[in-house]
Amino acid sequence: MNDPVAYTVAVLALGVALYAGWHMLRDAPFSNPLFYVMGVLELVLIVLFVAGCVALGRTERDVDGVLFVSYLLTVVLIPPAAVVWGIAEKSRWGTGVVVVAMLTVSVLIIRVLGIWQGTYV
Amino acid sequence: MSEPTSHGFGRALVAVYAVFALAASARSIYQLVTKTDEAPVAYALSAVAGLVYVVATYALATDRHRLAVVTIGFELVGVLGVGLLTVLDGDLFPDATVWSQFGAGYGYVPLVLPIVGLWWLHRTRRNGRPGR
Repeated sequence: MNDPVAYTVAVLALGVALYAGWHMLRDAPFSNPLFYVMGVLELVLIVLFVAGCVALGRTERDVDGVLFVSYLLTVVLIPPAAVVWGIAEKSRWGTGVVVVAMLTVSVLIIRVLGIWQGTYV
Repeated sequence: MSEPTSHGFGRALVAVYAVFALAASARSIYQLVTKTDEAPVAYALSAVAGLVYVVATYALATDRHRLAVVTIGFELVGVLGVGLLTVLDGDLFPDATVWSQFGAGYGYVPLVLPIVGLWWLHRTRRNGRPGR
């Protein structure tokens, strides 16, 4: 877990947020491309979760493990929750839910980086 | 009969509330478990804030209009009161809560959220146009 990894994932989540925001502005409900893009992000987040746990086990530094793992786990759970909650809504706000969720993911990823580096408590 | 609060714009609003319910209650559980003695006032307040967001999310998601008005009204009073107190007397809350400095640590969303919430409840009160 280092700066480039965290920022790449955060930017990826922001990109999905923009894409969902574009849907929202066009009054469009969920589309298949949006669903696939979220699927890709979800895979990336799962990999990050696993890699984060491995890195936590190896590091010599004093990282708040409970906080670190719970943030990573929360980030993994957000996209599925957004799909479940948003997909039933046929108006633009269904994808609005995805915008909210993806912005949250990118903020949380930056917090995860802070916890890893010990700069955020 | 009032309109459902969980459809249209309410979908996205519930999502934002859910994020804050999670953030505030997770923060308070963490604070209470790991360092209760450091700042009991701030941590008790975090717990109250977390509970308020959880109940507000539940009320909005399940179209409980009156419960939503009460909790979101409390939320507005909370963020204004705590925000004011933290600005006037920083020593009162040595550790941050969601509502400290009017929610500055969360991009002032905690300050805007109850206002948007009450506006939405007003709009869905009765017989208005369905929220889009």
